[in-house]
Amino acid sequence: MDIRAQVSMTFHLDKCIGCHTCSIACKNIWTDRKGVEYQWWNNVETKPGTGYPRKWENQDIYRGGWQKNGSGEINLRGAGKKRGLLNIFHNPHMPVIDDYYEPFTYKYLDLIESPAMDDQPTARPVSLITGKPIDIKMGPNWDDDLSGTPDYARKDPNLADLSAAEQEAMFQLERMAFFYLPRICNHCLNPACVASCPSGAIYKRGEDGVVLINQQVCRAWRMCVTACPYKKSYYNWHTGKSEKCILCYPRLEAGHAPACMHSCVGRIRYLGVLLYDADQIQDSASDDESQLVDRQLNMIMDPFDPEVIRSAQANGVSDSTIKAAQQSPTYKFVKEWGLALPLHPEFRTLPMLFYVPPLLPVMASLSEKNTEQADKADPIAKIWSDKWLYDTSTEELWGTIDQARFPLKYMASMFTAGDEGKVKTVLKKLMAVRIHRRRVTVGDIDDNKAETALKEAGITAEMADDIYKLTSLAKFNERFVIPAAHREQAIEMLDFAGDTKGSVGFGFTEKPTRGI
Amino acid sequence: MNSLDNFILIGFPYAALCVFLIGSIWRYRSTKFKFSSLSSQFLEGKELFWGSVPFHWGLLALFVGHMSAFLIPRGVLAWNSHPARLLVIEIGAFIFAIAVLVGLINLIIRRLSSDRLRVVSTKMDYAILGLLLLQVITGLWIAYNFRWGSSWFATVLTPYLWSLLTIQPDILAVSALPWTIKLHIFGAYLIVFLIPFSRLVHFLVVPIHYIWRPYQRVIWSWSRTDVRNPKSPWSIKRPRNN
Ligand code: SF4
Ligand code: SF4
Repeated sequence: MDIRAQVSMTFHLDKCIGCHTCSIACKNIWTDRKGVEYQWWNNVETKPGTGYPRKWENQDIYRGGWQKNGSGEINLRGAGKKRGLLNIFHNPHMPVIDDYYEPFTYKYLDLIESPAMDDQPTARPVSLITGKPIDIKMGPNWDDDLSGTPDYARKDPNLADLSAAEQEAMFQLERMAFFYLPRICNHCLNPACVASCPSGAIYKRGEDGVVLINQQVCRAWRMCVTACPYKKSYYNWHTGKSEKCILCYPRLEAGHAPACMHSCVGRIRYLGVLLYDADQIQDSASDDESQLVDRQLNMIMDPFDPEVIRSAQANGVSDSTIKAAQQSPTYKFVKEWGLALPLHPEFRTLPMLFYVPPLLPVMASLSEKNTEQADKADPIAKIWSDKWLYDTSTEELWGTIDQARFPLKYMASMFTAGDEGKVKTVLKKLMAVRIHRRRVTVGDIDDNKAETALKEAGITAEMADDIYKLTSLAKFNERFVIPAAHREQAIEMLDFAGDTKGSVGFGFTEKPTRGI
Repeated sequence: MNSLDNFILIGFPYAALCVFLIGSIWRYRSTKFKFSSLSSQFLEGKELFWGSVPFHWGLLALFVGHMSAFLIPRGVLAWNSHPARLLVIEIGAFIFAIAVLVGLINLIIRRLSSDRLRVVSTKMDYAILGLLLLQVITGLWIAYNFRWGSSWFATVLTPYLWSLLTIQPDILAVSALPWTIKLHIFGAYLIVFLIPFSRLVHFLVVPIHYIWRPYQRVIWSWSRTDVRNPKSPWSIKRPRNN
């Protein structure tokens, strides 16, 4: 056992309102500079949609992540030692700026300084790269809220697994549903970006698992841009260096939550430490696709287990970090409750950002054929029309999940490498929590039924209450359990304290010895 | 032998070498951030392929060719002793040079024709492109007009270069060469001279070590086995990654 600590995140998708506050917070702090205008280390996508950069999930185009070869080993799909070095002069699968969007601004000054004319002055859009007027073709979230569905949502790579009929059903106007997917770098355990960097500029911090790019060592070989299957390593066209989400490590070290999480309006974000067994990384990432999620979750260790604690201590994990791991909200969501899943585990980078899949778009409405159910509909179910209803009733326990207007297959292709069963298990739990809480607060559900629901979902009433509390009532300190950074050690990443320790007081820049 | 020859063939090469060595080290130490290949593929990806790929591979082959004539002249001469083999090496080199030329022209056109690229181009970028173009053209010209360069390089230029390196410059034979060849030699020195001041530095940091490095890299602030060990004393030793 080689226990290490990882600062890990959980995003509760049911709660995301798609406000993009997180993206703006991040942009204002880190990417408000020349060369990175187009970079959104945090971005929020509408699903179904093609995302940012366009179709990033389609690895036939971008060749990101790891793939398993014939002999059962994994190698980087579009980079690596051989492929990377051979393609170093021209990287054939690298996205270019047009796959993101050309950054732009408007000539606002024209509005003010324009001389008097017959027509109103306009603020023309200009490119932030060339400074010349452009026709804006694309923005970072132009598929927001299903706008431009034929161009964006319909081309979502996750739809590949769905039959034509299923897709048609999904995009019927009355049935259309969507949810938001906020994305940051996953700070993976088997990061493709690190593995692909020929210079060795990218590394994972041992203490907290944050993946960083050393700007002094990066030489613009730009392999990480290709290799990261989530397209979360970006190329700064101005400085000729790659940059990526740094998980606000300066904030983390000072005990603050990352800016995107701190500012999150929906309070969907949780951050905490997970202890994992690094010995299993290789094997877990190389297992069969159907096993990937389980293997990854198995790597995460129980922070209360004395043996785990001992091993962690032997590895230099500080007590404060172990304590943080024991209170970690991420641990609860991911392991204790089994509610959160990794995004696209089939990319095999072992992402350490977990998502609670959204229940609402799945359960919100029933098919028109189910009139029996419509008859029995709860009075609070809001009837849209004669046939369609927005139903949150609980007459039929899991019926709504099975007849989901949002195909489970779609969710499964995002969160479980195609395993619908796993998604269903999570959704059932989420639903059971709602049924349970409804019994407690509204009281129109009989106890038997609620208990059956909990039992079938595999959770207890206490667990359901805990889930409810952490989901809807949690305060800042419960949502973000940030381990002490031990800056007395961390500072030495940059400067060596010993350099000044032997000198005298302040102000000496050379050794205070006698003579010349 | 006149003073121009002395400058081109003795003075300047030494100056270029010094500037290259000192300048590169200085730049690496003081402005490490700027040590980058400054790839512009992100702004323009398609045309780059027809420029960068033939250019770099061709240049690599030519570099190896020049170096082998310099380092193992006897081997090269022995190989060339058979006319068929000589022809193979000369034609091969010529083809690579054409590849470089084609690549270079594509790169120049690409850089000049794209608005976006003009934003990220410096004067030095243009200067280097022009210089390289001149160098390839003179090289091709020499290869075509003063035939079997691989042989006379090994017999004339190699002794001259070694005489420079051993600080006993002997330019008698070289100064008799036609001016185009001298221009080519001067161009080579000029390129060496400019390395520390241009994007050419990227060839000094070619990531060879990637081949034997493990894929994953994890860095600790302190040795993680020692940091919690009460027996490990406080030491003045720098942590490995500092
Ligand atoms: S999400 Fe991408 S950039 Fe982030 S650690 Fe994983 S592979 Fe690297
Ligand atoms: S700030 Fe929170 S709620 Fe708003 S888009 Fe971002 S993740 Fe969603």
